[in-house]
Formats: sequence, structure tokens, C-alpha cells
Amino acid sequence: MAVVKLKDIAQARSGDKGNIVNIGVFAPNQAIYEEFLAQLTPERIKAHFAGLVKGEVLRYELPNIFGLNFVCKEALAGGGSSSLRLDNLGKCFGSNMLRLEIEVADHLLVDIKK
Amino acid sequence: MKTVRIGAAQGFYGDTIEPAVATAEKGNVQYICFDALAELTMAILVKDKRKNENAGFTKDISVQMKALLPYVKDKGIKLLTNGGGINPIGAQQEILRVAREMGIKDLKVAVVTGDNVLDRIPEFEEKGYSLNHLDTDESIDHIKEKLEFANAYIGAQPIVRALEAGADIVVTGRTTDTAQFLAPLIYEFDWGQEEWDKLASGVFMGHLLECSAQSTGGNFSGNWQDIEGFDQIGYPIAEVSRNGEFIVSKVEERGGLVTVDTVKEQMLYEIHDPSAYLTPDVIVDLTNVRLENVGPNQVKVTGTRGKPRPDTLKVVMGYENGYAGQVIVGFSWPDAMLKAKKVDEIIRIQLERKGLNYEEIRTDFMGYNSLSGPLAHENESELNEVYLRMAVKAKTKQEAGLFSRLFPPLALNGPPSMSGFSGNTAPRALLGMWATLLPREEVEKQIKVEIAEV
Repeated sequence: MAVVKLKDIAQARSGDKGNIVNIGVFAPNQAIYEEFLAQLTPERIKAHFAGLVKGEVLRYELPNIFGLNFVCKEALAGGGSSSLRLDNLGKCFGSNMLRLEIEVADHLLVDIKK
Repeated sequence: MKTVRIGAAQGFYGDTIEPAVATAEKGNVQYICFDALAELTMAILVKDKRKNENAGFTKDISVQMKALLPYVKDKGIKLLTNGGGINPIGAQQEILRVAREMGIKDLKVAVVTGDNVLDRIPEFEEKGYSLNHLDTDESIDHIKEKLEFANAYIGAQPIVRALEAGADIVVTGRTTDTAQFLAPLIYEFDWGQEEWDKLASGVFMGHLLECSAQSTGGNFSGNWQDIEGFDQIGYPIAEVSRNGEFIVSKVEERGGLVTVDTVKEQMLYEIHDPSAYLTPDVIVDLTNVRLENVGPNQVKVTGTRGKPRPDTLKVVMGYENGYAGQVIVGFSWPDAMLKAKKVDEIIRIQLERKGLNYEEIRTDFMGYNSLSGPLAHENESELNEVYLRMAVKAKTKQEAGLFSRLFPPLALNGPPSMSGFSGNTAPRALLGMWATLLPREEVEKQIKVEIAEV
């Protein structure tokens, strides 16, 4: 087993709608997507973004593109145009998602270069 | 077999027009479509219109038209934009003015109106429609008096009517981001209003195109270092078949990258439930979509499914929500962070002593946590330099303005090496957003399509 940062194996992009931020996270293949399914639970994402996300976190699954979509509510301190945050449109939530670490079997990492 | 080629021109108000010119020249497209309106843009345009009755549309429409009108005449390319913002008729007049100035003749410019429902709020309340917030279900009462704009997101059908009437250019106000892109397909392929899968595919194509280079390598979180030509990136082009399937590409001569990996990041951008992406024309289901690399910089998209369109339209309103004051000052090594934190402490004491009670005081350390908040944690003590950024939320512009005046004296009176002060910035108006739903026929009965010619 290896502990890897998502930064080294995944893609992520985030965007805003009102006070909600969504984060798309993409696995490079089916096997790692299954690890994402098991380990990237809404509870874990909510805990990871503690202090930034005040509301609930929902997770949607897209096996067709090995993607997960996290919808984070009350995530922008009021929403883009009334928030004092510098990242007022939530553009950096994707990057910050990539700080997360997961456990992956060593053999699954052999062919992954990112 | 007939296909329709559509090029993307704009992802936001302030975007560059250069990639669209390249698309017009070399992209072999019949339509060029713009999405000029983010949620925030309407607020900017409302302010413009308050100062000048003829303003309120995106001002860069003049530059865009100047750059693209020659191609409209030479190649028959049609331009579709929602840059009309809060004043679509003003935008139509401006386009006609630019055309006249360029000596262009026989140009039909259509305008779609009816999305602006600000004056109709009392009427809706009288009819008993709930204007409660879509996400929180709060009542609108406490912000009703502070509303600055209210626009319904309208779909592709009015734009289709404009194309049927022979328009070369169609300008609208608040449409969905994808309406401009879907409309030409409905028009060219004569898709029926209940051909859900095809409509959904058209919407999804628009979704992949409406954020400029975000599907051609821009903002790519993968191996972005390997992408060539950021300095002159190409905007996406879609070639759509009658059955709705399409291929995303770009002009070969421009930079960027179109692969399954760059496209899939855009696929979920600002989407919530991917099995039910709501638009006025169709509910889009992305859970069976297949993306496939079919050639260099070519991605084929199949499998988009659609469900019957909703009975309601989304309305987004903006309301006045106070003012923000902001200051940014830098500190150098050694102990950059300690110095910045000390100044934060000093300012907070001074605010209290002066009795300045702001609704919110926010502190960020740029270079350390300003974009990551509590998730930043590495190397605090080793920073070569850090910028302290403080911001406050005030009820009035004047109160917000008082904030920045506390800082200049600290260049001499505080911890050492405070520098990089870029001057006091003017307070900025804050805007709250209110989203709700209305029965679609209430909006649609007011929608008008009008054409003018030069």
C-alpha cells in the first residue's frame, strides 16, 4: 500500500453557482476510480474543507468518465459577489482538493504518470 | 451528411476576441457564439446603465463586431451573443452603429427581450408565486426593497425564431450560457421541441464551448506544463451531426490541447447533479456520455441523454449588500509572517478604539493562505515575503473607505519593512444574489424578437 496525494494521480476543477461550489475530481482509470469511490466520501470532503465549506457536501458518481462531482453548499461566504474572500469564485477548491491523500495498492500506481 | 460547425468566441465579459477571429478565418464555421454573462456581470451592467441610460450591455460588443463583421459578410457566418445584458436593445443599436461605420450593408440584427422581470416582481407576488430562495427556501421579503436586477434565464427557442426570420446576428439579454450554442442546431436540423436526447446533446456541446479555452487546455489541472501555445490559445469548435453527436476541436494553428482529459474537466464545471442539469429547453443527463480521442485535438462526444424540460424557469436577482474596503501591504524576510500578523493585530486594536464596527473583518496572508484558507499549512516560517490583505464589510461606502486610511502610517510606525503598498483602493459595492423559480409561461409570454437592418 502507498499513500499518495491526489495531486499525483487525479485531475480536479471547481466552479461556483451562488453560494455553492462544485468540484469535479477525475481518476486516471477504473481501478483508481474504485479507490476514489471507497475513500473520497462526502464526509471526508466535508472534513477536508472545514472552515471553507459550512453546508452539506453531496457526491455524484460518473463511472463513464471515472469522475466524482462534489457539490459543496454554503461554500463561498455568501457567494461570489458578496464574499470578502480573495478566491471569491471558488476557483482554487479544485487545487485544494488535490491536497487529499488516499491509500492505493502499489501495483495500481505503476503506469500512472501525471 | 450535413453537419453544423460552431465556434466559441467568449467565456466572460472582458475575454479576448483574437481566438474567435482565428476561428472565423480558419475554422470553417457557420456560427460563432458568445457567452458574455456570468452571474456577476449583470450587476456590473446595472451600474453602467444607472450612469448612462444607453449603456447596460457588454461594452466589448463594439470591438467584437468590428473584428467579426467582415466575416459575417464574406463567409455568411452568423453571430449569436447574450452580450445585451441589461440593455439588449442598446446592444442591437450599437451593433448597427458599428456596421454603418464600417460601411456594411444588408445586415439583419435581431434582438430578444423579455428576460428582464424586475418591474414584474409585484405582479408575481400578487399572483401568489413564491419567490423564496431556490437553495435555502428563505423568504424574499428582507431583500425585496434592495433589488437591483431580476432576470429569467431563457432558452434557445427565441433565438431560433430570430434565425428563422433571417437574422445574421442575434443579441439577447440573460439566456442560459448554452442557449446561443443550441439554437443554430435546432434551426439547421429542425429538431423538434421534444427530441430530448438531441436537445440535450446540443446543450452539452454548448456547455463544453461556453467557457472559452477551458475545454482546449486552459485551466487544465493535468499536465498543464506540457500544453503548448498558451500565448495564443485556440477556442473550441464543435462539429455537430444531425443526431446530436459532435466532435470538439480547435483551429490547428492556435495553441492548446483537446483531449478526453481536457474536455472532461469542463464536462462537470459548474454542474450540480450530472443526471439532471436543468435548462429551459431540456434536462440533460451526462451519466452515459462517452468521450473518445478520435484524432489529434479531436474528441468525439456521444451518449448525452435528455429528459422533458422543466415547467419553471430560473430567475436570478441581485440586491445591494453593503460595501467592501480592502488593503494589501507587503512584508519582507526575516519574520515576514510575524510582521504581517502584528500589523493585523495593530489594525484590529485601532478599529476598536475608533469605534469602527464593521460587519466583517477578514485577514489573509497572500503568498501563504489567501487562496487556500485553513487548508494552507506548509512553510509558514520560511516565507521570503508575505502580503497582508485585510478586508472589511461595511453598510456604507464612506465607512468602507475609512478602513484603508489606517494603513499608511504603519509604514513608519509599525514593524519593520512594510512595503509593496499599492495605494488605497476605492470601496467596492457588494451584491447579494437571489435565485428563484417562476412558471415558464409567465416569462415566455413577454418574450419578443425584433429585427432591424442596415
